[in-house]
Formats: sequence, structure tokens, C-alpha cells
Amino acid sequence: MPPFERFYAEVGGEIFAFLARRLGRARAEDAFQETFLRALRAYPRLEHGRHLRAWAYTIASRVAIDAARADARVAIPADEPVATDSRPAYAELEHLAAELPPTERAAVVLRYGYDLDYADIGAALGSSAEAARQAASSGVRRLRRKELHA
Amino acid sequence: MTVPTDLDARFRAAAAAEGLLDVATAVHETPIGPLLLAVTPAGLCKIAFDADADAEEERLARRHGARILRSPKAVDPVRRELDDYFEGRRRDFDVRLDLRSVGDFGRAVLDELARVPYGSTTTYGALAARAGRPRAARAVGTVMNRNPVPIVLPCHRVVGSSGSLVGYGGGLDRKQALLRLEGVSL
Repeated sequence: MPPFERFYAEVGGEIFAFLARRLGRARAEDAFQETFLRALRAYPRLEHGRHLRAWAYTIASRVAIDAARADARVAIPADEPVATDSRPAYAELEHLAAELPPTERAAVVLRYGYDLDYADIGAALGSSAEAARQAASSGVRRLRRKELHA
Repeated sequence: MTVPTDLDARFRAAAAAEGLLDVATAVHETPIGPLLLAVTPAGLCKIAFDADADAEEERLARRHGARILRSPKAVDPVRRELDDYFEGRRRDFDVRLDLRSVGDFGRAVLDELARVPYGSTTTYGALAARAGRPRAARAVGTVMNRNPVPIVLPCHRVVGSSGSLVGYGGGLDRKQALLRLEGVSL
């Protein structure tokens, strides 16, 4: 594993930009801190440092979703029932996609679990938007084949 | 886009405050040049002169864990004591030390080194004798050379038996400057 300092220095700026696009600049600040605190907590459990950028985007996406949910809860009047879905989309997908090759898996989870566009997924994977689109669709094809054979 | 400076500082401080770091580092300006300081939860583990921060962090990460981050606030107690020392307001250091990287003989020598008073000098041979190995002056020299926390453990106070300064990890100019600061006449 590379020193956390190096990982943070490499991806901090683009993760902040990503969160600012999703949440607006003001709310991006708390989300940024939360993202990298979560990353620090999980860092010792990583087995290698090969997909750290995509990993950072996954955490940031989850934090952004949590932030949006928290806002939604605040906006709902207290006397209305709050709908809770038991398992969020990204958790379902991360489970399903667990056996895909790493790039396809990241592309599928970021696209369909976190609703990132291909430009952001390309950034997460260190590739072009087009390559990200291809990785996602090839991942989806592979998942379908797996489903047919199951 | 770069991370806003205050946000960056806040994150680095929060990471340390939540106890999530294996090592916190900072570069601290002193009258003898910038020092790289590194602190683990057990204490101060490194003071480096003229450090290549990236390379030093790689080494520290291998030894103490990969969660290493520049977090000046976490290193504040050390920085304050060093400032006091350089301004002549402090003679002894109180910060806890993490010397896990040092072997048994090295530890015995460094323990004795810690007892050499401010403003005085001793010799490699005398230190070897006090560590129970009177003939190991040369090995003591090696321990001094590898001292992970110079200044705080005062290897600058160890000189040759003829009174010559002999050597110093940070360069002889710095050894001289530290001894002068402590009022030792050279």
C-alpha cells in the first residue's frame, strides 16, 4: 500500500471537484472530509493499492448519496411516513458485481449503483469516458451471461 | 481543482484527532533549517534533517503503517518544545518517544545519551562505558549516526576523546550550532 499521504495528494483535488459537481461547493466540504475519513478507516483492510482512484470515487459517491438522503429526510414533514428501502442500489450491485474483473466491476457499480456519468467514471478509472462506457457495457453483458447460466 | 487550503488543513487535523493515523508528520522550520518530524500514537519516532519527504514517508509507512499523513497540528507538542529549545527557554524535552525501530544495544546507548546534561559534552568511549560496553566506542558512533530523534536525544553532545566534533548526521555545522546554543565553548 502506498503511504496514505500520496494517495490523498493524488486524488484529493479531483474528488473535491467531483463532490462539488454533485453537491454544490458548500456541501462538498463536509462530504470531502467524510470521504477521506472513511478512506482512512478502511485503508488498513485493503489488500493492495491497484484501484485506489476508483475506490475513492466509490466512497465519495456513497457519501454524496448519504448527504442527499440526509437532506431529503430534513425536507420531509414529520407527520408523513418516511419510505425506507432496505438495501440501496449500490449495495445490491456491489454484491452482484463482486466477481467481475476490477475495471468492469468499478464501471458497473459507479454507473448503475451510484449514477455517475461516463466522464466521472473515466476519471475514476484513469481512462476516457468512452473506455468507461465500454467497460460498463461489457460488465453488464458478463453479468447477464452469468445470470442465464445460474 | 485543488482542495481549498482550509478544508485540507481541517481534514488533516480531523484525521489525527480521530486517532486514524499510524504516523503524523510535519516539516518544521528551525534556526538550523527545516526538520521533518514524525509522530506515532506511541510518540515521536523521527526527526530528519534535509529530508526528502516522499522518500521518508515511504520508509515510515513500511515501518509503522500506511496511514501516514502530514498533519502539523498532531505534531504541535513537539514543535512547541523545539521552538522553546531553540529560543533558550527549554533544556530538556518532555515529549514521549517511539524508539521501536532501535535495537537493544542502541536503546541502552540512547538511554544513557538522554542523561547527558544540556550544555555539556561527553565522549563516545564514556557513553559506551556507561552503556556497559566500554570497548564499543565505534558502535556507539554508529548508534549516534542512526539516532532517529536527534536534538531531542542529544547526540550533538557526544564528541571525540580529543575534543574534536568528529561527525554529525545533520552535518558538523549544525552540531556546532547546537552546542553554541547550549553555551558550550568550542
